[in-house]
Amino acid sequence: MAETNGAKSALKRLRIGVVAGILIASILPAWPTLAAPKGDLDAAGTNIFDTASLQRGAALFSNYCLACHSAKYMRFKRMEEDLDLTEEEIESFLVPAGLEAGDYMMSSMPYEQSADWFGKAPPDLSLTARSRGPDWIYTFLRSYYLTEDGWNNKVLENPAMPHVLWELQGIQRPVMETVEAQDGSTEVKVASLELDVAGQMDPDAYDKTVRDIVAFMEYIAEPAKLKRERLGVWVLLFLALFTFLAYLLYREYWKDIKK
Amino acid sequence: MNNLITSVGNWVDERVPVSEFWKKHISEYYAPKNFNLWYFFGSLSMLVLVNQLLTGIFLTMHYKPGAETAFASVEYIMRDVEWGWLIRYMHSTGASLFFVVVYLHMFRALMYGSYQKPREIVWILGVTIYLVLMAESFMGYVLPWGQMSYWGAQVIISLFGAVPYVGEALVEWIRGDYFVADATLNRFFALHVVALPLVLVGLVVLHLAALHEVGSNNPEGVDIKKKKDAEGRPLDGIPFHPYYTIKDIFGAGFFLFIAAFIVFFAPEFGGKFLKPDNFVQANPLVTPDHIPPVWYFTPFYAILQAVPDKLMGVILMGVSVLILYIVPWLDRSPVRSIRYRSWPSKVALAIFAVAFIRLGMLGLSQDSSTLELRLWTFVYFAFFILMPIWTRLEPTKAVPERVSSA
Repeated sequence: MAETNGAKSALKRLRIGVVAGILIASILPAWPTLAAPKGDLDAAGTNIFDTASLQRGAALFSNYCLACHSAKYMRFKRMEEDLDLTEEEIESFLVPAGLEAGDYMMSSMPYEQSADWFGKAPPDLSLTARSRGPDWIYTFLRSYYLTEDGWNNKVLENPAMPHVLWELQGIQRPVMETVEAQDGSTEVKVASLELDVAGQMDPDAYDKTVRDIVAFMEYIAEPAKLKRERLGVWVLLFLALFTFLAYLLYREYWKDIKK
Repeated sequence: MNNLITSVGNWVDERVPVSEFWKKHISEYYAPKNFNLWYFFGSLSMLVLVNQLLTGIFLTMHYKPGAETAFASVEYIMRDVEWGWLIRYMHSTGASLFFVVVYLHMFRALMYGSYQKPREIVWILGVTIYLVLMAESFMGYVLPWGQMSYWGAQVIISLFGAVPYVGEALVEWIRGDYFVADATLNRFFALHVVALPLVLVGLVVLHLAALHEVGSNNPEGVDIKKKKDAEGRPLDGIPFHPYYTIKDIFGAGFFLFIAAFIVFFAPEFGGKFLKPDNFVQANPLVTPDHIPPVWYFTPFYAILQAVPDKLMGVILMGVSVLILYIVPWLDRSPVRSIRYRSWPSKVALAIFAVAFIRLGMLGLSQDSSTLELRLWTFVYFAFFILMPIWTRLEPTKAVPERVSSA
């Protein structure tokens, strides 16, 4: 009797499982709509646990970005601990004139002036890696091209920012293509970019440089991330052990209930 | 030493019935012995509530309400406050997981008929907790004062504008200004950290008091109070402590493992728990392309979108939540648990679950097909409206007198 009951309930479970499977499968095709459209951004491939990459990124950021942009939620001094730098190194290589290691990463350019020059104040970059995402920044910094009207960008059309890194990358020119829309009208679009004038770096070296900047921006967007993931491993190990012990205790207590 | 403890204990007991309370609600509260996986979510909801209260208190110590200060103070917590990032992620992850466990807890009640006589008030208090939780989380979401906080608040508050005659005045009264602004943020802060938590905790106490008065249901829907031993203890009941306290600790460990994984490795949860746009400070001059609510509201948001008329949409959205209140009277089945019902109940509940999830997905996307929105909205309401019919007509199996196995 007990056996047939067991077989019966097994069969019932199987049936429930099959029904649940079918129901879940009926939802699945719609899942891709949930994922945010990535467009055609290139994967940044950063590793924020690579301290050398972060250090290079910090230097590049300080040289090329900090002149106009701020990272107003980030203190220079924090890099001492996170990026394995001494206070002297931070002071001499990263902190612009007029600021100190204990200060927030403010731009040396006055706000009103920059707004006048660019038509728009350069945005603060503290959280850009979290709002736009690392892939966006990585692709953006590699997608500048020069036309007769000046610098333009394939990711962000008509940016207020000129191509600051052009000496490193060189000059890219657009390869245009004519696309016919459904209504018959044609539109000329940038199909791809090709390097016209070589810069100080070959394309691979330039990609690596941009990757370092993006890694640094990921770090300043959430400095705690370094600690968070390292600590997380131990927390999970502890909880796994705790849950296992709690399970044994549960089995022990319930011995006389479950017969 | 032991004597001293006993006499102090007695001294207190003669004045306040502490041990009586402990016995009534913990050590001699008899719960059915056959609880399954679904019965973890009640205690887990409580665990998350405590997490939200504790982490919330610490966040309040450093958060500065105000349109000029809020965003920066959150970043200050994330960077300069010792362990601030952990507290904040525990709070933000807890908010989403609160809804996960509450939805599963509610689904359990629908499956096993836990709202049926004599537990109608337990259910009504539960639905009220859910409503207050929605208000609480909505206001909490506004506090970081990012773009999504701001524009989400703008969209939700403007829904009240659909009310005839007084709509505009009502919206202004809620915002405290002509647009979502500093005044709105400050009142939401007051409500989020003082008023609504008080109401929530009060309701949870009542929910448990009502439950302990009538006793817990179980997956079989068997009334365990019908069969008692000589001392009046239900034969199929076991003391909540130590059996379910121990079992719930195991469940809590498992749940915390998942929660910790999110907190430490995916606190944004792919943009579902913390949206990328919310890392940009609120800017009344820049409207984001797409302003979807957080995932736990999207099923109702989808219902709103399914209706072309704004007022009708708002009404339907309100009804979609409020209809839960009358479920105990929509269900005419003589048995509680789905185990003793026939296929119509099983199929209906399964389709309802799919409709709810699918509506949630549609509400999140910005180009959902109107036809599909309407289809699933129709299914959602059909579940409730047709419930009296199939529950009365379908054959049911005889419910056994006793719980057969643990």
